Amino acid sequence: MFAFIARRLVATLPVLLFVAIFVFMLLRLTPGDPAAVIAGDNATSDQVDAIRAKLGLEEPLHTQFFIWSGKVLAGDFGESFFFKKTVAELIIQRIEPTAMLALCTLLLAVSIAVPLGVLAAAKQGGWVDRLVMGFSVMGFSVPVFVVGYLLIYVFAILPWEIPIPWTGTVLDLGGQWLPVQGYRRISEGFGDFIIRLILPSITLAVIYIALVSRITRASVIETLGEDYIRTARAKGLPARTVLLRHALRNAAVPIITVIGIGIALLIGGVVVTESVYNIPGIGRLTVDAVLARDFPVIQVVILMFSFVYVLINLLIDIAYSFFDPRIRY
Amino acid sequence: MITKSTRRAVVLGAALVAGTLAFGAVAQAQSTLRVVQHGNLTILDPVWTTAYVTRNHGYLIYDTLFAADEKFAIKPQMVDKHEVSADKLTWTFTLRDGLEWHDGQPVKAEDCTASLNRWSKRDPMGQKLFDFVKELKVINDKTFQIVLKEPYGLVLDSLGKPSSNTPFMMPKRIAETDAFQQIKEYVGSGPFIYQTAQSKPGERHVYLKNPKYKPRSEPASGLAGGKVVKVDRVELIEMPDTQTQANALLAGEIDIVEAPPHDLLPVLTKDKSIVLDDWNPLGHVFVIRFNHVVKPFDNPKVRLAALHAINQEDYLKATIGDAKYYKVCGAAFICGTPNGTEKGGEILIKSNFEKSRELLKEAGYDGTPIVLMQSTTLPVLTNTAPVTKALLEQGGFKVDMQSMDWQTVVTRRTKKDPADKGGWNVFHTYSVSADALNPISNSYFVAADGKQWFGWPVDAEMEKLRDAYARETDPVKQKDLAEKVQLRALETGQFGWIGQWYGPGARRSNVTGWLKAPIPVFWNIEKTGK
Repeated sequence: MFAFIARRLVATLPVLLFVAIFVFMLLRLTPGDPAAVIAGDNATSDQVDAIRAKLGLEEPLHTQFFIWSGKVLAGDFGESFFFKKTVAELIIQRIEPTAMLALCTLLLAVSIAVPLGVLAAAKQGGWVDRLVMGFSVMGFSVPVFVVGYLLIYVFAILPWEIPIPWTGTVLDLGGQWLPVQGYRRISEGFGDFIIRLILPSITLAVIYIALVSRITRASVIETLGEDYIRTARAKGLPARTVLLRHALRNAAVPIITVIGIGIALLIGGVVVTESVYNIPGIGRLTVDAVLARDFPVIQVVILMFSFVYVLINLLIDIAYSFFDPRIRY
Repeated sequence: MITKSTRRAVVLGAALVAGTLAFGAVAQAQSTLRVVQHGNLTILDPVWTTAYVTRNHGYLIYDTLFAADEKFAIKPQMVDKHEVSADKLTWTFTLRDGLEWHDGQPVKAEDCTASLNRWSKRDPMGQKLFDFVKELKVINDKTFQIVLKEPYGLVLDSLGKPSSNTPFMMPKRIAETDAFQQIKEYVGSGPFIYQTAQSKPGERHVYLKNPKYKPRSEPASGLAGGKVVKVDRVELIEMPDTQTQANALLAGEIDIVEAPPHDLLPVLTKDKSIVLDDWNPLGHVFVIRFNHVVKPFDNPKVRLAALHAINQEDYLKATIGDAKYYKVCGAAFICGTPNGTEKGGEILIKSNFEKSRELLKEAGYDGTPIVLMQSTTLPVLTNTAPVTKALLEQGGFKVDMQSMDWQTVVTRRTKKDPADKGGWNVFHTYSVSADALNPISNSYFVAADGKQWFGWPVDAEMEKLRDAYARETDPVKQKDLAEKVQLRALETGQFGWIGQWYGPGARRSNVTGWLKAPIPVFWNIEKTGK
């Protein structure tokens, strides 16, 4: 197992190198000049040129790349052109909101999606199944920001004052139950921390629930057709035990796989969700950095996302062996 | 009546196991003003950058020697009294009593001269002033002199320049930082103190009321008068998404949105708890900028042809929409201000396509498409380029409108290459009107080789007129010279001013006292109740 993990970790190096070269080239070839942005709107061409030279952007591309990659290998991720902080500092400052949002989303999504998928599989063809699949299609189809704004409108802005017919009275349910935006660190109080994560987590979880519940359903349905399930039923085991202990456990590998793959969705979703809910995390840092052409930040953030993605897939591979003892590395 | 916090607690209770929650919410100051600016504040040196968000940050923590009041008259601010010698060459300034830096040190004359020196290296109006300055002399701790080589008409206008780059006063040790390096310490003598430890760039910037600040005794007016702080704390919250800004304002999570987009104004005005405030009555002005160094706009007749095709109202309708937020105005130096003459400006107000085609024919325009850069990421500018395309095409031009994000526009506009080799011919921008009030502060008029803004016009006659304006000390003659500058720009087709527009801010109704000024300032603002 350890040899496998070591092999896989070493195998990430060429992936990261490829990502580094690709991102570096892409950023340099895309129109846009951080020096012009830094210089400000009233700057003259000479001032822009001076800043470009100071940032090292006048050097040939390969020189810039070797200087940058050498520094990264030495643990120096550089300094943001705009924030005047090291990229490492910026990432450390922004990692908690993103990590917490991702964690809450994963917990929420998995705890809803897997039971929904199992339920749909158990009631295959029935109205529950259709409802779950309908939700799943909707979850895939509606963009994350639309879900976000709708949830904000319903739970954070709309006053829930419902007129009661024929009585002339209004039932005031309050409304505005949840905050529209912002993030509070756990250190600032757990209540404030969690209440601000509810809507963003639901927003981000919708697409994830859609994906995982669909795969869970398909996988459990496939397993339910296996001979050992028929045997289990023939032995007189209760339907719930057959479903949860035999079918679900054996359907776990594709479900775990899709949870891993879904991390990519989560990363994409975080970028949008953090903007909609004004969460100062890595996603918003990425957007701000891209808009400002803050090359050092974009490069490191994308490298980091790639590394996280590779790492999570490694963890998923390791998890297979726990659910299916036949898998050995 | 169920309060919002109770409702939220109920939701929490339902969502989580009771007892696991420790509502250790951070205690908030009683009166915290939460403000969302029009952009992210990333650079904290208002002399180093012209970014308006940084200028606004500057007004919170720094003070100025002079400041413009609501009617744009320059009034003393840190200065107690000033004298001008009979030959108009020596200006003596005495500082007010009791001025103190945030670190407890007294403000001294040497701090002010160091600050002016640094500012003069970055700001065009400062550079112009310092062309006339023979020396800055510290007389004593509270008095300094500006000694000129020859009389200069804009000494006070320069020291009281309202917008970027504003001559903010800093302690000498900070002001001695190279003007092309950013300062690393944010100590001012202004009405608020910046809280470096509590501020997180990209999230929020925190300012506390300066308890030792001594406001002037005059009532606050524009950027002048007594800067009386009525809140304990100001938080500039970074919130780039405009829809989220509107939502947060509606939900009462923030108190002020400096510049909500025009399309969200009807949504905000529907809510009784929101008030729109026209804090910047001068507004902004759209600009069309030609590239003078490449064909075909290297030919003044072609530039004039383009100006003849223009009509301001088309731009304003397409970008702003509601007529109460725009003004058709032929004055380059802004209607309603001392230099705001509309003479000659009529060519920008009504299209004359026939004249445009005639001028193009005279110029020998060969029909090569001109490259028009369209920014798609600054909402207020997005619709300007399609209007230009339509108008110029009616005027006989062929137009290749290329869409790109604003950062690409700001990069590409630095290129002097021909348009078909990565350069450009024409693009749009806008400016805060306060930056455009005279021929010296309005950088679009600069036509001296090497000192011009993008587009690079060179016109010795224009520079002669600008110099004459700078030297003139009589306001009547200054106005006459400003008019000549405007007419010269229209004669050569240097650039076009294509309409004034206004963007009100939005505030919660419990927030009052937002002063009318070209800059959003947060003294005088009071916040009561919820």
